[in-house]
Amino acid sequence: MTAIAEPVPKRTRVPLPAKLRAPGWYRAALFDVIGFAFGFALTCVIRIAMRQHPVVDPHAITIVCLITVPIFFLIGIGTCDYWFYWMFGGPTRPENHDQHGAHNWRDYFKVNTDHKVIGIQYVVTSFFFLLVGGMLAMLIRAQLAKPGMNFVTPEEYNGLFSVHATILIFLFVIPVFAGMANFVLPLMIGAPDMAFPRLNALSYWMLPAGGIMLLMSFLAPGGSFASGWTAYAPLSTTMPIGQLFFTLGIQFAGFSSIATALNFLVTIITMRAPGMSFFRLPLLVWANFSTSLLVVIATPFIAASQFMVLLDVALHFNFFNAFVGSHNNGNVLLYQNVFWFYSHPAVYIMILPGFGIISEVIAVKSRKPIFGYRMMAFSLLAIVVLGFTVWAHHMFVSGMPAWIRVPMMVTTCIIALPTGIKVFSWLATLWRGVIHLDTSMLFALGFLTTFSLGGISGIMLAMIPFDIHVSQTYFIVAHIHYVLYGGSLFTIFAGVYYWFPKMTGRMYDDRLGKLHFWSTFIFFNLTFGPMHIIGIEGMPRRVADYAQRFADWNLFISIMSWGLGLSTLFFIYNIVSSWRGGPRAAANPWRALTLEWQVSSPPPIFNFDTLPTVVGGPYEYGVPGAVHGIFKSPAEAKPAGTIATSPTPE
Amino acid sequence: MPEGGGDPRVRKHSVTPMLIFGAVATAIGIWIVLAIHWFPTDASQQAKRIRILYDVLLIASVPIFVLVITVIGFSVWWFRMRPGEELVDGPPIHGNTRLEVIWTIAPAVLIVLLCSYAVSVLYANEANKKGALTVDVTARQWAFEFAYPQPGNKAVYSPFLYLPNGRPVVFKLRSLDVIHSFFVPQFSEKLDAVPGIVGTLRVTPTKRGTYPVECTELCGAGHAFMRSTTYVLSAAQFATWIKKQPVQARTANLLPPASVLPVAVPGIPSVLPGTSAAPASSSAAPASTSTAPASTSTSTSTSSSAASTGAAGTTPAAGKAIFTGVGTCASCHTLAAAGTTGVIGPDLTTRLASDCANPASQKIRGTTLKACIDKAITDPYAYLPTGYAKGIMPATFATTLGPTKIEALVNFLASVTK
Repeated sequence: MTAIAEPVPKRTRVPLPAKLRAPGWYRAALFDVIGFAFGFALTCVIRIAMRQHPVVDPHAITIVCLITVPIFFLIGIGTCDYWFYWMFGGPTRPENHDQHGAHNWRDYFKVNTDHKVIGIQYVVTSFFFLLVGGMLAMLIRAQLAKPGMNFVTPEEYNGLFSVHATILIFLFVIPVFAGMANFVLPLMIGAPDMAFPRLNALSYWMLPAGGIMLLMSFLAPGGSFASGWTAYAPLSTTMPIGQLFFTLGIQFAGFSSIATALNFLVTIITMRAPGMSFFRLPLLVWANFSTSLLVVIATPFIAASQFMVLLDVALHFNFFNAFVGSHNNGNVLLYQNVFWFYSHPAVYIMILPGFGIISEVIAVKSRKPIFGYRMMAFSLLAIVVLGFTVWAHHMFVSGMPAWIRVPMMVTTCIIALPTGIKVFSWLATLWRGVIHLDTSMLFALGFLTTFSLGGISGIMLAMIPFDIHVSQTYFIVAHIHYVLYGGSLFTIFAGVYYWFPKMTGRMYDDRLGKLHFWSTFIFFNLTFGPMHIIGIEGMPRRVADYAQRFADWNLFISIMSWGLGLSTLFFIYNIVSSWRGGPRAAANPWRALTLEWQVSSPPPIFNFDTLPTVVGGPYEYGVPGAVHGIFKSPAEAKPAGTIATSPTPE
Repeated sequence: MPEGGGDPRVRKHSVTPMLIFGAVATAIGIWIVLAIHWFPTDASQQAKRIRILYDVLLIASVPIFVLVITVIGFSVWWFRMRPGEELVDGPPIHGNTRLEVIWTIAPAVLIVLLCSYAVSVLYANEANKKGALTVDVTARQWAFEFAYPQPGNKAVYSPFLYLPNGRPVVFKLRSLDVIHSFFVPQFSEKLDAVPGIVGTLRVTPTKRGTYPVECTELCGAGHAFMRSTTYVLSAAQFATWIKKQPVQARTANLLPPASVLPVAVPGIPSVLPGTSAAPASSSAAPASTSTAPASTSTSTSTSSSAASTGAAGTTPAAGKAIFTGVGTCASCHTLAAAGTTGVIGPDLTTRLASDCANPASQKIRGTTLKACIDKAITDPYAYLPTGYAKGIMPATFATTLGPTKIEALVNFLASVTK
């Protein structure tokens, strides 16, 4: 039983075996070859027409093929078949669900339009990249274990931390949140699927394409891209060809992000179950709504910044060449402004969905309603708006006009207020609850601790004079890891443990999970805590070598970081063994009220046999007789809803 | 759904023990964070203000963090699910408007106070001071060059930063290629050197001593080795030092017109043997001077006369000074004759001769050794030795160094090629 039963239109007479004509990996491989040939030929034809010599230029061909090969791969794997049939007037069957649902593990390696399958594809792929990025971090720490170490050469070292950051930001944190929301969000709002299932599949398949491009840069002559994940011009425009793997790989990850965000927005706005008003949405849905707004508005800016780099490198547009014009005044700072106009909102893209996960976990595991639900929702929206007003706080020492720093400091501090409201509301939710201290709750509480530290160091960094001292030092490295590892990754672990029974239909081993938490939490703080100290002492970041006076701390940090790396093994072992043979999960092991827990684990192929009607808030724990949703039509639901709808949050 | 909220255990806790614990933990926490030795020695007025600001930030931060962990800790301790409570729910508290107003307003007030204080520190740190000494800082891959403007469009050049104690300094930052950043941790001040922009940074040194200069903006393969040294001297020592330095015509790119290391002045530190700030592979000067400490004064006097006359600027000795100093070659290349140990580029001790003898190289760079070396410096990618890639060695030496220094380098390298 396979899902590749697309009928080939009769008029095609291509003498190819069926395996090469049907969507799948064989056709993807064939199309990769075609894509390369196409890129090769196109480049040569253009170079002949432009009288460029030599006609066969490996540099130009690489650039063009970095665009054509992934696109042909996406077509070959089968993400666009339906649209092509439609465009060419072929037979399309809107009710065809061949590509829906997974029946065995092989189906996860095919184009699938089921949001639950795509969600798992997303999460597993992202965790693969987490392991890759983590391994790179281990190599980084090996180089830094001792000063003057030549474990790798300096330019290899620059490549290591550049790929480490890029992979973990663009191929792990951002997509893993999209993946978890992909699985959970339609279930939570009572929808049978996402609004655009085929676009959803395309979004997913862009990820491995982009990720493999980033990793393949290690094979490029001159090494991988090595200008950091920030890729500041004009360093990035003067780098070897490996840099373009970043420039173009990011475009695929970015497009994937935008398409998913649009999908979420349309799904949340149009596909909520009857009775699911905005203020009855679980906070995870609010969080992804806010995140998606950020993504669709901000992500085009990083696309623009990288297209300008591409045009500078490939076609010598001189966007960022300072030494042109009568006063040598090329716009070097333009890059940083455009880049951070995305990349600051991006830090909220990387934490808001985590806020949503924490709200779910803390409410359910404390058996209490979320404290101040409406303020929780409004503070998300406040972060969305304010998130666009603070980008230049990354540029306090960049040489931009001095006066801009003060307003940026003020907005940066203001954005701490909605974040603070959220933290205090979570604390108040814990208070007087009945706290179930299992793995996901431990990660949620660990998140509150480490994220508070990251938030505090964030406020310190907003203070311009202090920022001038510590920017571009290890203090920044400490801060970003406290908010991205202790912040985002802890919420991801909390979410994976929380929804693992729903996603796989199996229970995980809670004892191993707790071991995972404690080892991660302790080694995390021992790894990144001391970085604050060496940062203030003046150790710059992104250096392959450092002064003797930082040696002791660096050796300590390296050893702790290897412990942190090893702690992930508990997680992998737990997840893999539980998925294969853990005890079967009940439909609702946490006694949660939200809709995803009201269906079987794993959920039925179209989510709900009967569409639910929502009659109350999502967190009415402790309210006698409270119900969030019932599986009846709105007309039947009315009488029953009278009790439960009354306690609206204030 | 089981009844929640009615459980007596859940209600009986007052917040008094938490307040006591929080107060004690805050006091201990503040004591600990203030006891930690965070900063390097402060050696400027700016640094002193920033250290006080940081102490204020720490004192404001500790109670917030203590609040978070105290509430988490006591919640887990008091409200953790006990056996038999598997089906019990907490009380249905949906919010408390007064509490929410308090935890919005209180941080807002705190932030207003902190921001006002930070702005006052910022303005004090960047105030324009009278009688400031101007120093032009020119950054490039991967070295700093410092120029002290002199009357008549002339300047004193030095690869190390010499400053008088107590006098305000205005740094004018420029970059010749990519973005760099100029940072002296003991001054607590830093600014990017951006190509096309002249940055202004103000520092008033307050403590004599020797401090590192670090590039803190990723600038390519040699970034970790882009270091120099700051010497804060007494005003009298500085006056003596600068008087002994050759005054040279200013060039368009603010690099010295001839190769120089600063003239050694008795009683004034000029090298940093074994300094922690400069890794061995990057600090060219210690290597070159420590090998011949006795000859320092003589060699510098030749280089100063060379600079003043401009005639001896192409001698192998001048080339060696360029190799280890202004040319920044030492950051990347190992060369036994110059005592350098860089690992980014080809090892010139062994590969100079063999690569130039390679027919593929001779086809492009010419057959004579000097032509080969010249081409390898000015157009590094015309021929790439095996194992090395494009885009690492700056291709801009022809313009940044100019023909005289290149010629000196070529003479030096040709003289030591075996």
